[in-house]
This record gives sequence, C-alpha cells and structure tokens, in this order.
Amino acid sequence: MVVFDKPHALIDVPLHYCPGCTHGIIHRLVAEVIDELGIEGRTIGIAPVGCSVMAYNYFNCDMIEAAHGRAPAVATGVKRADPENHVVFTYQGDGDLASIGMAETVHAAARNENITIIFINNAIYGMTGGQMAPTSLPGQVTQTSPYGRDPKVCGYPIKVCEMLSELEGPEYLERVTVNNVKNVKNAKRAIKKAFQNQIDGKGFSLVEVLSACPTNWGMTPEKALQWIDDKMIPYYPLGVYKDRSAEKEDK
Amino acid sequence: MAKLTFKTDNCKGCGLCVNACPKHLLRIAPDKINKKGHHPAEITDQEACIGCAFCATMCPDCIIKVER
Repeated sequence: MVVFDKPHALIDVPLHYCPGCTHGIIHRLVAEVIDELGIEGRTIGIAPVGCSVMAYNYFNCDMIEAAHGRAPAVATGVKRADPENHVVFTYQGDGDLASIGMAETVHAAARNENITIIFINNAIYGMTGGQMAPTSLPGQVTQTSPYGRDPKVCGYPIKVCEMLSELEGPEYLERVTVNNVKNVKNAKRAIKKAFQNQIDGKGFSLVEVLSACPTNWGMTPEKALQWIDDKMIPYYPLGVYKDRSAEKEDK
Repeated sequence: MAKLTFKTDNCKGCGLCVNACPKHLLRIAPDKINKKGHHPAEITDQEACIGCAFCATMCPDCIIKVER
C-alpha cells in the first residue's frame, strides 16, 4: 500500500529551488489539498514574481503569471469572471505580497474577495540575492543591511496577519510554518481550510507560512529550520488571527 | 515491511529527511553523486524502516515514495 507519493496536482519535474528551501514542501501541501478536494480541473493559480515565479511550471492546473505584487488583483478578476466554477489561489512571497503588492493585498482583504492566498514569509528577498525585505527581522543581516536591520533607519517589519486582522473584511487569517513534521501537518490543515472557505463562498482566506531560505540566510538547511524556531516564531507568533465562521459559532 | 523508493536524480542532498527520521536510518551518501551533482539521500537499513513517512513529509523535492 502506498502511504506517501507525489500528489497528482504537482507535475513530475525537478523544482528549481535551492537545496533545503521549504517552497517545495509548501508546493506539495497545496497540491495535496487540491487533490483531496478534487478541484484540480477547476483550479486557477496565480504565480507571483520572486523565487516562486516558476510555480506555473509545477502545478498541474491552469496558472497565470501576474505583474509584481498584482496577484490578488488578477485573482479578483479571474474569480469574479466565473465565481461558481473557479477556485482561485495566489502563491506569493513576502517581497511580492508585503512590499510592492501591499495595496492589492489590503484592498482584496478589505473587499473580502473570495480568493485563497498562500503567503510565503522567509524574511528576505530570495530571488534577487538576499536583500532586506519588509519582513526582515530587526538586527537581521542581509545584503543591504550588512550590520543588521536597524529599525531607526529601516523601520520595523510588517506583520501581515496582525495588520489584516484589524480589517472587517477577511474571513480567515492564520500563520503557520513548515519547519518540522508536526508543523507541516498543521500547515496542511490551514491551507485546506483556506481552500474550503473559498469553495463554501465564505471569502478572503490568507495563510502565512514561515519559510526557510538557507542560501540567503547563509545557513545549512537544518540550521535554517532551527532559526525559524529560535528567531522567527518569537517575532511572528503562529496561530489563527481571524476566523469569522468560528467567531459566529462561539456567539 | 515498509519500503522507501528514492528518485535519486532529483535529490538536492539538503538532509531534511535525515533529520526527520525518528529511527536515524537515512544518510547523505558520501560515495555517490547524482545527475545534478549532489550527494543524494539513501536509506541504510531498509528492514528497520517503520514507514512513518516523516522523511517524505519533510522532503522539499518530493523524491521519496513510501509503501507499507
């Protein structure tokens, strides 16, 4: 009996990501969820700009490549064109979603657009060579902050889930990570819920996944996963930031 | 008995599976090199594998197939 194999919604090609990059794990989780919900034929993914720009080569569903940061805007158009049949998700990194695409993200959330966003937060610009991102931690050494990020000069990191949770709009916001087996299973549950919310017509669902970038953090893959535990989770606490349907049940 | 199958040529030798194995059965093969030029992961003792699929869960490149 096969216990574990590559999901059908992930095309059988080698991924271009660096060794130890957790993008691969998150790609697989999204593909597994698409398989389990049986929505491969009607799913449309929106690829971002960044390391995951070539996500369109990996998912076995229709994909659209959006201009930098504009994935939620493209997703809005695709979803509104045929809201009954399409399941639309965007897969965006922190440079895409939290920097250049912040306006699109906030307004899609405020409109409670019925789309699913998978937000990969690795606290650095990976594709362009490790520059400081809006999500880089205070004191974090990057190419453009060689002495560590100084909040006096560069400001403080943007906590996307906390910020969006203040809006009336969004249905579901959760932050998860994939640095060990338990957290991977939890991340899959969150991603599945985000897709299910869209199928049920509930509205805007965003799952923020804390991800490792061993190459640009200058660490081994093992140490990078440890760094998520030691440094990232204390600054970006995991958990559900907003779940309107659960709030309704409580009342 | 559990059986692991590796798509060795897609392995990047990151070692995340090695750390995930609760039985410490996996290693990065020091004497092998795959098509990509990485040392691939391999299992040292197939008989002792319990088929928990923790290695496959942590593998970013989805190269491990687990059968039980």
